[in-house]
Amino acid sequence: MTPPATIESHTISIIVDNEPGVLARVIGLFSGRGYNIDSLTVTETEQESHLSRITIVTAGTPMVIEQIKAQLERLVPVHTVADLTVQGASLERELALIKVIGKGEKRVEALRLADAFRARVVDASTGSFVFEITGRTKKIDQFISLMQELGLVEVARTGVAAISRGENGGNGTG
Amino acid sequence: MVIQALVDQGVVDVFGYPGGAVLPIYDALFQQDKVEHVLVRHEQGAVHAAEGYARSTGKVGVVLVTSGPGATNAVTGLTDALMDSIPVVCITGQVATHLIGNDAFQECDTVGITRPCTKHNYLVKDVNDLGRVLNEAFYVASNGRPGPVVVDIPKDVQFATGTYDVAKTVRHKTYQPRIKGDQHAIRAAVDAMTSARKPIIYSGGGVINSGPSASRLLRNLVEMTGFPITSTLMGLGAYPAAGKHWLGMLGMHGTYEANMAMHDCDVMICIGARFDDRITGRIDAFSPNSTKIHVDIDASSINKNVHVDIPIIGDCGHVLEDMIRIWKARSVQPDKADMKAWWDQIDEWRGRDCLKFEQPDDYIMPQYAIQRLYELTKDRETYITTEVGQHQMWAAQFYRFEEPNRWMTSGGLGTMGYGLPAAIGAQRAHPDALVIDIAGEASILMNMQEMSTAIQHKLPVKVFILNNEYMGMVRQWQQLLHGNRLSHSYMDSLPDFVKLAEAYGGVGIRAEKPDELDDAIKEMIAANGPVLFDCRVHKLANCYPMIPSGQAHNNMLLGDEPELQEVSDAGKVLV
Ligand SMILES: Cc1ncc(C[n+]2csc(CCOP(=O)(O)OP(=O)(O)O)c2C)c(N)n1
Ligand SMILES: [Mg+2]
Repeated sequence: MTPPATIESHTISIIVDNEPGVLARVIGLFSGRGYNIDSLTVTETEQESHLSRITIVTAGTPMVIEQIKAQLERLVPVHTVADLTVQGASLERELALIKVIGKGEKRVEALRLADAFRARVVDASTGSFVFEITGRTKKIDQFISLMQELGLVEVARTGVAAISRGENGGNGTG
Repeated sequence: MVIQALVDQGVVDVFGYPGGAVLPIYDALFQQDKVEHVLVRHEQGAVHAAEGYARSTGKVGVVLVTSGPGATNAVTGLTDALMDSIPVVCITGQVATHLIGNDAFQECDTVGITRPCTKHNYLVKDVNDLGRVLNEAFYVASNGRPGPVVVDIPKDVQFATGTYDVAKTVRHKTYQPRIKGDQHAIRAAVDAMTSARKPIIYSGGGVINSGPSASRLLRNLVEMTGFPITSTLMGLGAYPAAGKHWLGMLGMHGTYEANMAMHDCDVMICIGARFDDRITGRIDAFSPNSTKIHVDIDASSINKNVHVDIPIIGDCGHVLEDMIRIWKARSVQPDKADMKAWWDQIDEWRGRDCLKFEQPDDYIMPQYAIQRLYELTKDRETYITTEVGQHQMWAAQFYRFEEPNRWMTSGGLGTMGYGLPAAIGAQRAHPDALVIDIAGEASILMNMQEMSTAIQHKLPVKVFILNNEYMGMVRQWQQLLHGNRLSHSYMDSLPDFVKLAEAYGGVGIRAEKPDELDDAIKEMIAANGPVLFDCRVHKLANCYPMIPSGQAHNNMLLGDEPELQEVSDAGKVLV
């Protein structure tokens, strides 16, 4: 019978032909079948062979995750689909740009925290900072929530980029 | 170049409708005689005709339509072909490349609109890609799980000249579906089969799609194992209805014995079917105690609705071949006494005679009409298509299919208006065969205009209308689930089908009493041209057995116990 439905988060890495409409095809699959997208990044990674990597963080029951992978695999321009979460330890990084406005004590505190989180100041005026931070999603979430009290006004995040560790290629050779 | 690619793919028939954005292709069609064109009367009809052509031959059906409204009219047909896994290549015209995105006249985002209703689609912006893309389209449409492919060609690209050099069969660089099943899994499946006590084979359209040899292998497997077999609506004919292991169709309107056996079995061998909701009924009560084996070429079909124990990804034909080989090499066979007990149980269910009906003297029961149609046509090469509704289910229950590719019905999408154009496509492929669309009076009106296509191209299709003056299937649901409030399911102001046939230049025949039926059917068969047969049947007959939505297989309604237990609200929301 149907296994108990625990919702899991998975990071899925998809290598596709970089051709028009391919992203729409992948996104359309998720929206059309009611799957979640928690994060999405896309860019051409291998110019010569016109390949792009799409990294999607999604959530669902194990059965749904299996479906998502099988559905992705049968799209014609898809080369490989790798579930980095299943493959074990993988590297996941996100970059965020965070604008904070404030003066006095709050400004100092923001700088101090940024330092602790290894965020860099990439723009500054007398009343504002823009921090650049990279790291796992959780770390960025945490930094943002701390900045909330210190005058956070705007956030831009890239979404997760992920790759498998070690010698075995996730999508690549493996 | 388009024509060249079609010729290279062995295409002889194209179903289409012209317009501004495909005029260059039509011009090229005009100046050659290798590819013939069947002019339909509506682009939806072109796609269904291509489906009928494809399903009755195993070849790819080809469609040619214009941009904008031509393409949008084709969408229902494309969706239908996607749901039923039918190989179709649909070439659509598009406005010139420099106009794309400008809301030009008859522009629409064809690749955008058809993306979710095709297996794949292409917009060709460079004429030098055209040859490759067209050949690739045929490859994608017919390999793996088949489906419709759209190739959208802007008008300037149609006019342009470019280089065309592609090997006849292109293999796609990434799309290479798995054909051979995993040997370990097949061995595990055979293990489960040899130790089964209450096995059942449940086959589907995948066996038909795999080609006639898969049907032959399925028959071998059934003979060899002695297992009972049932099939989905899409799979009828793969195993002959006359075969002694045949339990009839399963599912919502399947037989009592097939559904009970599915419910009670201990090993289920699903071959080329997809555990669709019409088949499973209430999912948590679906065959609760069985080990499930699932053979499918599409990995995404596996574990989608029902958890299976032994998945085998591969082409049905190849997997069946391996199964048979491995079975033969085994010395252990299922226990004879167990199998006898299982067959005794099945015979007891069969004794329920779930399809029985009473045929009075003064009016025609729809079931009887199909029975007579079957008896009077069974010795010919007959192809049956249907529309959607009760008549479709009666056709599936009472027409007996002995061969694959003889039965074409819209299963996944349930498209009213499918049958007549599909019959036209089948007739085009089999000019000397008898092709009959078993229709309802409501459905037939959805693509009635294709009668004109049949006349023009001398395609003598017979439309056998079970006229109950109701959208019978809708009325049946309203009766059973909505307090018999027959909201808008009555067919008022119907045309006189006999006169209508004559208006098109065809033959009209009417039968109202059981004793006129045989002669009228014979007259239909003997007619040279297209026929509309207005078979007046009992208006309030219901289609049984029926598993109401949200119910389990062992909770079937049979015609003789008319009271329905209250259907839960959860059941009512299902369709
Ligand atoms: C295009 C389309 N619209 C609506 C439906 C819903 N529907 C399913 S069966 C049916 C009634 C069909 O009536 P008829 O063709 O007379 O067949 P009967 O059930 O009476 O045999 C309707 C409206 C459908 N399947 N397809
Ligand atoms: Mg009707």
